[in-house]
Amino acid sequence: MITLTHYLTLGAILLCLSVAGIFLNRKNIIILLMSIELMLLAANMNFIAFSRFLGNPDGQVFVFFILTVAAAEAAIGLAILVVLFRNRNSINVADLDDLKG
Amino acid sequence: MNLQDLQIVAPELIVLIMACSLLMLDLFLSPQRRGILHLVSILTMALAAIITLRGHPALEATGTVMAFADTVIRDGMGDLLKVFAYLIMIFVFVYSRHYLKQFNMYRGEFYSLAMFALLGAMVLISAANLITVYLGLELMALSLYAMVALKRDDRRATEAAMKYFILGSMASGFLLYGMSMVYGATGSLQISEISLAAAQQGSDSMILVFGLIFMVVAMAFKFGLVPFHMWVPDLYEGAPAPVVLFISSMPKLAAFAMAIRLLQDGLSSLHHDWQGMLIVVAVLSIVLGNLAALAQQNIKRMLAYSTISHMGFVMFGLLSGTAAGFGASMFYVITYALMSAGAFGVVIFMSGKGIEAEKLSDYKGLNQRNPWFAAMFAALMLSMAGIPVFVGFFAKWLVIQAVVDAGLIWLALLAVVFSVIGGYYYLRVIKIMYFDKAKDEAPIQAPSDFRAVLSVNALLMVVLGIFSAPLIAACMAVF
Repeated sequence: MITLTHYLTLGAILLCLSVAGIFLNRKNIIILLMSIELMLLAANMNFIAFSRFLGNPDGQVFVFFILTVAAAEAAIGLAILVVLFRNRNSINVADLDDLKG
Repeated sequence: MNLQDLQIVAPELIVLIMACSLLMLDLFLSPQRRGILHLVSILTMALAAIITLRGHPALEATGTVMAFADTVIRDGMGDLLKVFAYLIMIFVFVYSRHYLKQFNMYRGEFYSLAMFALLGAMVLISAANLITVYLGLELMALSLYAMVALKRDDRRATEAAMKYFILGSMASGFLLYGMSMVYGATGSLQISEISLAAAQQGSDSMILVFGLIFMVVAMAFKFGLVPFHMWVPDLYEGAPAPVVLFISSMPKLAAFAMAIRLLQDGLSSLHHDWQGMLIVVAVLSIVLGNLAALAQQNIKRMLAYSTISHMGFVMFGLLSGTAAGFGASMFYVITYALMSAGAFGVVIFMSGKGIEAEKLSDYKGLNQRNPWFAAMFAALMLSMAGIPVFVGFFAKWLVIQAVVDAGLIWLALLAVVFSVIGGYYYLRVIKIMYFDKAKDEAPIQAPSDFRAVLSVNALLMVVLGIFSAPLIAACMAVF
């Protein structure tokens, strides 16, 4: 029997993977964008699991909004990536060092 | 949805319609006539202000009105914040035009993106449901990411945009994860229902506290509080000055509203838990913000660290958890937004000929080149430092009073010590302006509307300081 806990654990694993992807990755900005998407999906997984187990459809409605916004966010992120590549000919995270921070 | 709902959100509707119209209008205007976009944007702000100030019949009777199946709330706090958001938008439009023209960025997108960001902020301010909070936040954030990257050929601006995007999206992800936990614990997305359910469960519900932690982390990111401040200095240094001017002022009002909606309206029964977290971020922000600002040679970076410490002060009122504390925080955030708009207005004023005046040494001898604006900048800096007579003093005084009333005397002492330390770098700017010799004696060129609005903005610091009672009363009255 798959219970709510299983789904929440999956959500937590996805979240940890995405945070690890953002902080450990020093190579490629596209991997950062993928990690961000994964983080939103972890939240979606939680919402759907709760929604199913609470018998309340609001959470599923929220997921539709999140998916739509995630698409817009990916579009903006990739657009910024394109201008960044044009200016530097590189999408290496380690090359983002003009601003010391 | 019916007509009454639309009447309640009339200010948002005006901004939405005008943001879309500006985008269209830009296509049909020749580049020489872009001034029309500028005028239309300012008129829209004036119109939105009139509509907001006219209020709503039900608002006077009950204080709050809900619309769209209770997902949107209109109340006194929202209306007051929105009116100041319009005022700041007018400052932003007037200041940035001069810069945009000089740096070859004078395009219609700036205006429509700014309007969409304002719309997002307004939705966030009026949110009564977690979905509305998220949508408002994202509309604002996505417009801001695009604005930072507006200077497409600049290496530093695009790098700043990327860093801001990554960390901002991560904050949104955390917020969503926290919201999903809160939803799971309370079974509702409606903030008023969350409040009822949370009152029953209290801090015993692990899942609720877990969700709260994620939401506070996301909020700390959005405010730029230590230890989630990494994006602030890089963004301020890399992004074009008008965009920094915008990001440092208007969205702070929205972030404040988000904190009130989620923490006070939604999870006030967990006050004890979030108070502890806010104390930690507030203390770290004030300490690190003020110390790091001392070492900066770049004025945009210095103002970034100053923002971090100011946001720490805003947390003081919030963490006290009393109506007076929220009022004090709101007064602080409004006056800070006005101060910050003025300070970046001066940075734009000094920039020209394709060079941004971002080094502190660029301000040497400003008093010889232009005594009036040197005095204006001095007024803004003294206000930020919290010197009496200027409004910044009253803002600091009120939030410190709020923490004293909450029994956190040590926090108040720490705040006083670090605002004295912080005074050093604000006064250093004044010393550079008045006592150092100018490298370049040439007078500064700026259009007359820019000069007039910048003077009004800086003089507001004195006027609001001397006559601070009405605004303080207005802020206190809405909680």
